[in-house]
Amino acid sequence: MKRFLFALSALITLTLSLPALAQYKEWGQIPIPPLPAFKPQQPKRIVLPNGMVIFLQEDHELPLIDGVARIRGGSTSEPAAKSGLVDLYGEVWRTGGTKSQTGDQLDDYLEIRAAKVETSGGADSTTAGWSCLKADFDDVFKVFVELLRSPEFRTEKLELAQASAFDGISRRNDDMGAISAREALKLAYGANNPYARVPEYTTIGAVTRQDLLDWHKKYVQPNNIILGISGDFDSAAMEAKLRQALGSWAKGPTTPKPVIEYKSAKPGYYVIPKDDVNQSAIRMVDLGTMRNSPDYYAIEVFNEAFGGGFSSRLFLDIRTKRGLAYSVGGGIGTNFDRPGITRLVMGTKSQSTIEAIQALYDDIDSLQKTPIDDAEIKKAKDSILNSFIFNFDTPDKVLREKMAYEFYGYPLDFLEQYRSGVEKVTKADVARVASKYLHRDKLAVLVVGNTKEFDKPMSSLGSVSEIDISIPPPPAEKAAGAAAPNN
Amino acid sequence: MKRRHLSIPLIIFVLHSIVFAQDVASFEKRTTVKKLANGLTVIVCERPEAPVFSFYTFVNAGSVQDPYAKTGLAHMFEHMAFKGTDTIGTTDYSAEKVALAKVETAYTAYLAERDKMVGQDSQKLAQLEKSWKDAIADADKFVKPNEFGKIVEQEGGEGMNASTYADKTVYFYSFPSNRLELWAYLEATRFQQPVMREFYKERNVVIEERRMRVDSNPIGRLVEQFVTAAFSAHQYHRPGIGWMSDLNSFSATDALSFYDRYYVPSNMVLAVVGDVKADTTMSVIEKYFGPLPTKPDPDERTTIEPPQNSERRVVLKDRAQPLYIEGYHRPGYLDKDDAVYDAIADLMSNGRTSRLYRTLVRDKKIAADSAGFSGMPGVKYPHLFAFYAFPLPGHSPQEMSDAIHVEIERLKTSDISDEELQMIKTRAKANLIRGLGSNEGLASQLATYQAMYGDWRELFKSVDRIDKVTKADIRRVAGETFITANRTVGIIETATPPKPASPAQGGAQ
Repeated sequence: MKRFLFALSALITLTLSLPALAQYKEWGQIPIPPLPAFKPQQPKRIVLPNGMVIFLQEDHELPLIDGVARIRGGSTSEPAAKSGLVDLYGEVWRTGGTKSQTGDQLDDYLEIRAAKVETSGGADSTTAGWSCLKADFDDVFKVFVELLRSPEFRTEKLELAQASAFDGISRRNDDMGAISAREALKLAYGANNPYARVPEYTTIGAVTRQDLLDWHKKYVQPNNIILGISGDFDSAAMEAKLRQALGSWAKGPTTPKPVIEYKSAKPGYYVIPKDDVNQSAIRMVDLGTMRNSPDYYAIEVFNEAFGGGFSSRLFLDIRTKRGLAYSVGGGIGTNFDRPGITRLVMGTKSQSTIEAIQALYDDIDSLQKTPIDDAEIKKAKDSILNSFIFNFDTPDKVLREKMAYEFYGYPLDFLEQYRSGVEKVTKADVARVASKYLHRDKLAVLVVGNTKEFDKPMSSLGSVSEIDISIPPPPAEKAAGAAAPNN
Repeated sequence: MKRRHLSIPLIIFVLHSIVFAQDVASFEKRTTVKKLANGLTVIVCERPEAPVFSFYTFVNAGSVQDPYAKTGLAHMFEHMAFKGTDTIGTTDYSAEKVALAKVETAYTAYLAERDKMVGQDSQKLAQLEKSWKDAIADADKFVKPNEFGKIVEQEGGEGMNASTYADKTVYFYSFPSNRLELWAYLEATRFQQPVMREFYKERNVVIEERRMRVDSNPIGRLVEQFVTAAFSAHQYHRPGIGWMSDLNSFSATDALSFYDRYYVPSNMVLAVVGDVKADTTMSVIEKYFGPLPTKPDPDERTTIEPPQNSERRVVLKDRAQPLYIEGYHRPGYLDKDDAVYDAIADLMSNGRTSRLYRTLVRDKKIAADSAGFSGMPGVKYPHLFAFYAFPLPGHSPQEMSDAIHVEIERLKTSDISDEELQMIKTRAKANLIRGLGSNEGLASQLATYQAMYGDWRELFKSVDRIDKVTKADIRRVAGETFITANRTVGIIETATPPKPASPAQGGAQ
């Protein structure tokens, strides 16, 4: 039998390879057969009577079950005087344990099963999730539910998280890339914008256990939760389990979305001197737009052509042609529920800092003189559409997409809309969004670098504001008058 | 406690049956290995979950193979492998070839003058530099910039990248499954006819990469000094990114001879995973990769690092916050105790039950983070097992050192607990399973295990080796390895910035 199969497969191989025996000399001659039709499996969507939205995505390849709950409300809703509260919450939610088990006991309980239950705090949401072997699901899911329903936020773990946060503050000016990203965000959104502000010793120190309990009580309500589960389970059985475990949880009050102001800094030049580096981190930023804007698809095509990949204009000009940077990129920013940040980002040696800024300006200006042409648009659209399959080639990716659309109130078929939206983009659309969103005189230009070694002073470009990033010392040290801030 | 004991055997049983029955059998059925006549090893694994595939090209050469005074060359060639071929990236290859040869001649002449120790003629040097740059400008006329990357992107390639390590260089991306033949063409010609166009501009890009990763980053600065200090004889003492003077000296000719010597079919493994059929894929691969010429196997022998007989210390007075790292020489990955080192790393570092987290972070509250791991800077040859800790504000690197040494002594003097040993073994199995769920991950693991052990099945057997580790092994290996004379220490001590002399800032410092 086996030998017969072998002979048969050899015959098939030979037959199949016959017409193609000639090696193609040019890549363009190689035929591309149509991609087989592929209908990705859609997760089952369930809404519990208490308002919790659940997505179940079966995936039987491996004996694992993973899940994550995304809960509305994040650091953009925390008081400025307690900036960092949600970061601490996200940590202590898990490490602080539940009513029945301390965090340390949970560690032992889970690690012996090679399972994870983790929580975290984000800007617009917090999450609690798990990953486990199928056989351990009941054991692990029980911990997950206890964390949702009765977390303890033990004080010793809050103190541990605060110490770690203090450490993070003390180190935040060590790496120029981190400085550049952080300060550019403040320039784009405004220094007091809740997406941009950073925790300080005082704001971390101000957070109490009661704050964490209050936060949990206010936000972790079933009607505030989207739960997604993927893995090796039967949806009907899983649904029954979930209804039993979570169905009796009473609906809570809805939480208001924070009202957030986005106010970019004045366009112009900003500098943060750092004398222990030989490279400058350059960021040019402005406010972008939202993904439900009709401009979104043209922006996606524009971004791909302008700053997206190996053959984008920025990469070709700044890296390949001029050899000025290892990392360079950029584009018009978009986001689901807030304006994205339009940015151009690069790193270049101190001695070519001004030259590099000029080069980025040239690339922006060239958009007017030589607009993105048909070939570039075709290339950009091909890149997006030919790789489109990678948006949904695993059940888990499909699940995560749906959860994001659900969270931000986008249509659940947004990905399909995206495909047809991109297909329809024209050259005129791309030119229009380029001139609408990208202006060199609207950009705030931030340079972190060794100013003494620049090719020209930054003032040769215009007036320059220096940003002070020295770290406000902890209150105790301030009182003692010691502590030299680090920068 | 009682319940935990009860549950252990169950977990082990479940995992055993999963990993060794279901998975190995399923992979045996879906995985085909073939060594082509030219020596190239090819693995095809069928995973028809969606009409896509991923590949991973493993080249068994890395920065250890950088020639003397040409550090960074392996990495430089990796960058050049994206610059196209005789058919991709050029408007007229025969003319470009002539122009590129002139660039090399001009560069050789320029270097000879530039590097003269005595009697350099600055006027002549300027002239030679100009000839070299003129020759570059001539050659650039034939370039279709980044055409290779452009094709991959336009055809739907995803995650295209490459990495150079001390021991290996790897290339990877994913494609829709209808681009299999196109992929084979692109990947084979890239290693059959690489063209060193725009070499000297790309060299500047690599120099910027060095500035970003090492010169302008405090951890990068420390690690470079630390590794350099730890190895006195073996090539591991040289940074993979390259020293600045070497980066400013090696040539396109050097990169090509590196390629000739190490990009040898028998020195490479190729894995393709996804919605592909083994038979047709194999024949497409043979068609395109078969013509790669057979070349002699490269010599992998290196200087053997002699035993270290005294502690070494590197103390960096830096603007950054403090950091502590220490490393101990251990044997290469083929050593019989490799799994014991893996077990020690897991015990010391993995998660909130790990010993370093529990003692330094949770109980003593002196560190923000601490861990221990192998593989610095590579694994093939004897290398370092390193420990690090980030001190919390107000705590010193010395406290990190003391606390880590207490934990090391514990390893040597008392057995680890049953629970700890089970955790290590269970985790190894679960991690294996978690790594099997993606084309990219599988392609990289199959190629890597095939290249490193000569058999992809070692991916599964590695768990067996962990399973055999005993408490006594851990004590023995810790006792042999973690001793003072075998240690190199690296420290960042925070230096206060020089204050500008300004009368406004009063007060005692």
